Amino acid sequence: MGRIDPGDTAWLLTSAALVLLMTPGLALFYGGMVRAKNVLGTIMHSFFIMALVTIQWIIFGYSLSFGTDIGGIIGSFSWFGLSGVGLDPHPDYAPTVPHQAFMIFQAMFAIITPALITGAFAERMKFKTFVLFTLLWSTLVYDPLAHWVWGVKGWMREMGALDFAGGTVVHINSGISALAAALLIGKRKGYGLEPMAPHNLPMTITGVGILWFGWFGFNAGSAIAAGKLSVSAFVATHVATAGAAFSWLFIEWLIKGKPTTLGGASGAVAGLVAITPASGYVGPISALIIGWGGGILCYLAVLMKNKFGYDDSLDVVGIHGIGGTWGAIATGLFASKAINEAGNNGLFFGNAQLLGIQIITVLVTWIYAFGITFILLKILDRLMGLRVKEEEEEDGLDLSQHNEKGYNF
Amino acid sequence: MKKIEAIIKPFKLDEVKNALSAVAVQGMTVTEVRGFGRQKGHKEVYRGAEYVVELVPKIKIEVVVPDQVVPRVVETIAKAAKTGKIGDGKIFVLPVEDAIRIRTGERGENAL
Repeated sequence: MGRIDPGDTAWLLTSAALVLLMTPGLALFYGGMVRAKNVLGTIMHSFFIMALVTIQWIIFGYSLSFGTDIGGIIGSFSWFGLSGVGLDPHPDYAPTVPHQAFMIFQAMFAIITPALITGAFAERMKFKTFVLFTLLWSTLVYDPLAHWVWGVKGWMREMGALDFAGGTVVHINSGISALAAALLIGKRKGYGLEPMAPHNLPMTITGVGILWFGWFGFNAGSAIAAGKLSVSAFVATHVATAGAAFSWLFIEWLIKGKPTTLGGASGAVAGLVAITPASGYVGPISALIIGWGGGILCYLAVLMKNKFGYDDSLDVVGIHGIGGTWGAIATGLFASKAINEAGNNGLFFGNAQLLGIQIITVLVTWIYAFGITFILLKILDRLMGLRVKEEEEEDGLDLSQHNEKGYNF
Repeated sequence: MKKIEAIIKPFKLDEVKNALSAVAVQGMTVTEVRGFGRQKGHKEVYRGAEYVVELVPKIKIEVVVPDQVVPRVVETIAKAAKTGKIGDGKIFVLPVEDAIRIRTGERGENAL
């Protein structure tokens, strides 16, 4: 059995806590961007997922994602109820930390991924349907994808796809699923006619600050160790984020005439998303370029949304879908074995093959995540309805779904 | 008795309040309102989506005064609230049928 390293364990536990904090951070990020009458409804999505997905993860989600492989497609139920997931290290996933530390770290990823999708259907989704959707989506979309990319014998992992901390599993996955959700649930009442300005941008920016902070756990924690690689991932993460915030602000200033705080905050998130898959494989200058690219591409993607006419209320597609896709491709360009021997070299370091693998991963993820989410939502719509009633949407989710008001001045 | 309703620019509230107490106006009601006349609103941009906000924040001051002081009060408000730029606001004078002081039951001008 492997020896438990206290430094690795301490950093992994800290990282797990940091990643968990990202979900309430996301709740504030999203909450500030919706109208006041929906602030609690929006925050509630994230909070409820923290509870619901944890339970699903413990009972069977972890097993399906990381358990004994079946055909490269899914894990078995061998770790049902965390049976067999003890405090000794796991030779592959976690050689120097207790197995449960890895499990609980991964739980936080399983939590935040469905929470990201909620931005697409904000301000109009029925709470009951949302609960069932989250449970089914986690099981049918998140767990298999996590298995393909990170599970032992998962087919994308076997193929050589590189995704250090979840660019595919978390961001492309949630981004494309969000597209299916936005298309099916339809636009908010009054979209394009009534103003729907963010009701509390200071709250949103606070959320981004928390996300930036927590993301160090997300990326640097994915080294599953405290040492050279976690430092490299930490630095890459920070540099890319700064680069993306800068480039989003810069291009926004150029195109629209003034830089906005929402733009700076959104740019930062775009950078965090883009660097996620690459964080353990690239050096600081590559990270900077990846960040710059992420900021600009995601800004343009968000502008494009208005041309396509779908109501992805909080830009999950533009930032997570497109940002994650850029990140996966960028990994195929900038990955370097000099940074991480266990990785690979990308196109700019003499190896064209990795890029092809990354592209396949991206395309399959798009198709699978979109397809299953679409079918799932269609069925749920037929059985229960996706959307609240018109009067409920008018009154706001806080009152209609939760009998609460966010603010009682 | 007349009610004088004045819609003014928010930053002028203190000046108008002080000017009114200098002419012995005892009390007032102040509300935050939004509206527009000839003043243009402003533009807000959130992730590329542009909103033109036509309603401009203003302050509404309501005072009820005896008939004979109405011209003096109107002039006081107008002078204090004026900047000379579009959006300075308006003053309306309305008749008041009765007034009651809740604590004592006094009516009419004695209630003011």
